[in-house]
Amino acid sequence: MSHKAHIPIGPYHPLQEEPEFYKLVVEGEKVVDVDVRIGYNHRGIEKISESKSFDQSIFIVERICGICSSSHPIACVQAIEDIAGITVPERALYIRSIIQELERLHSHMLWLGLAGHFLGYNTVFMWGWKYREPICDIMETVTGNRQNYAMLKVGGVRRDIEKEHVSYILTRLDEFTRHLDMLKGAVLDDPVLHARLKGVGILTKEDAIDYAALGPTARASGVDIDVRRDHPYAAYDRIKWNVITQQEGDVFAKTVVRILEMYESVNIIRQCLDKMPAGPIDAKPKDIPPGEGIAQIEAPRGECFHYIKSDGTNSPMRHKIRAPTYMNFPTFRETVIGETVSDATIILAAIDPCYCCTERMLIVDGKDKELYNVEELIRLSQEKTMRLKEKMGIK
Amino acid sequence: MNIDECLKNIESRFGSKILKVYKHNDKRAYIDIYPKDIVELVRYVFKDMALRFNIASAVDDFDGLEILYHFADDRAGFVISVRAILKDKNDPHIDTITSVMRSAWWIEREIHELFGIEFDGNSDLRPLLLPDDWPKGIYPLRKSFVVPKRDSRKA
Repeated sequence: MSHKAHIPIGPYHPLQEEPEFYKLVVEGEKVVDVDVRIGYNHRGIEKISESKSFDQSIFIVERICGICSSSHPIACVQAIEDIAGITVPERALYIRSIIQELERLHSHMLWLGLAGHFLGYNTVFMWGWKYREPICDIMETVTGNRQNYAMLKVGGVRRDIEKEHVSYILTRLDEFTRHLDMLKGAVLDDPVLHARLKGVGILTKEDAIDYAALGPTARASGVDIDVRRDHPYAAYDRIKWNVITQQEGDVFAKTVVRILEMYESVNIIRQCLDKMPAGPIDAKPKDIPPGEGIAQIEAPRGECFHYIKSDGTNSPMRHKIRAPTYMNFPTFRETVIGETVSDATIILAAIDPCYCCTERMLIVDGKDKELYNVEELIRLSQEKTMRLKEKMGIK
Repeated sequence: MNIDECLKNIESRFGSKILKVYKHNDKRAYIDIYPKDIVELVRYVFKDMALRFNIASAVDDFDGLEILYHFADDRAGFVISVRAILKDKNDPHIDTITSVMRSAWWIEREIHELFGIEFDGNSDLRPLLLPDDWPKGIYPLRKSFVVPKRDSRKA
């Protein structure tokens, strides 16, 4: 005799960062069916882009996602450059690669933290998010922003990487790598994590190909694809680096791929900084002719695809945007069914579904000096707790 | 297999079923076909040539609707886009390609709700992005749909 029960999760749930609705059908502990309802975050950006000029549509696609906030603009500018056949100056290509890899670093680190959180291993969450800070600091120094960098423009980049920034970037990267070494050991050598993640939520190679899975999700299932190598853009074909693949297809393999990819990203950034030639950073294109353009780029979660059709005016006639999660998400039908309820969260999170992260806190006085350091912030937080307790009469 | 060989293969196999082939550059090409041949061509490109399905994108071209199916070759580094033109905007129909690959599951649902294109043979065309109470017959990505202006006084 079987009793099927439905477990609704979402669309608004304290555990979720973004609204989405999961319907798990379970028999006892086992998930027998699952469905997902999305669209709670749909903002109609494809339609909005049709009413903007090409320059404005880069601005608007940057706001699709707070984590991939250079992936969409780079795909957008490349699609426009594909229409017009614009050649981008060499230095700008290197800068694009550096920005892309910095973004991958902070995104993978953020995922690692969240994965720890979903498993109830909050130390990994705290580490991951803390050790991601050097990357955000580099971004702020180089681009002026921790997120939404506004670095991309058709024909090049908006800001140059100054000479004095190079040594700063290298120092902070060293700091990041030290922490990454520690985290790698803490995560990949932990017997508890092995027990929780190995053999869980397996996506087979055949399914990965049939669902056209992308990025780390596909590479962890033995599908050796990476847009950076297969469809070279920016400066990726000018330097040496490796595509990381794993064969198992389980959550652990996806974790391994992401952690090892971070080392490759550091390697790519170092080489780019070293080889970056001097010169202009902007081709200064004029008009965009009628035509169609396609761009693929490797975002942290996989290939980001933009298709733009121009009718010769200054705004796109059609702007199709396909983020990597769009292809990775439907694989949940293969990975979640048959597993237990307690593993469902980490399996669903293993594809790194994209959500926004733009919150930040930095309190500065008029002289650009930090008022609070970490200890003081902790003290403030403890004082607030005390006040609240007093108010509520709790001792 | 480079892009020229790929196009030659498709042309020799499908011959008169192909309306137009346009090579944009060494990495991009577009093939126009009749909608009725889409499943056969997609099956050949996906199964026999083993290209990866990027995505499909519909375009409202004023005179008609068109769907582009983008396929990437990750070994040689090019993208070919197969274009099916649907002349009848009032009742656009095309066969589903979900019978060939499951990766088209969501995008057919999306194009169905945003452009009003029917995918014959696809039994799961529930709304994906739009709310369940979205009015029937209104397709927001058609050019005829104008985003309503917000009344600033009510903000």
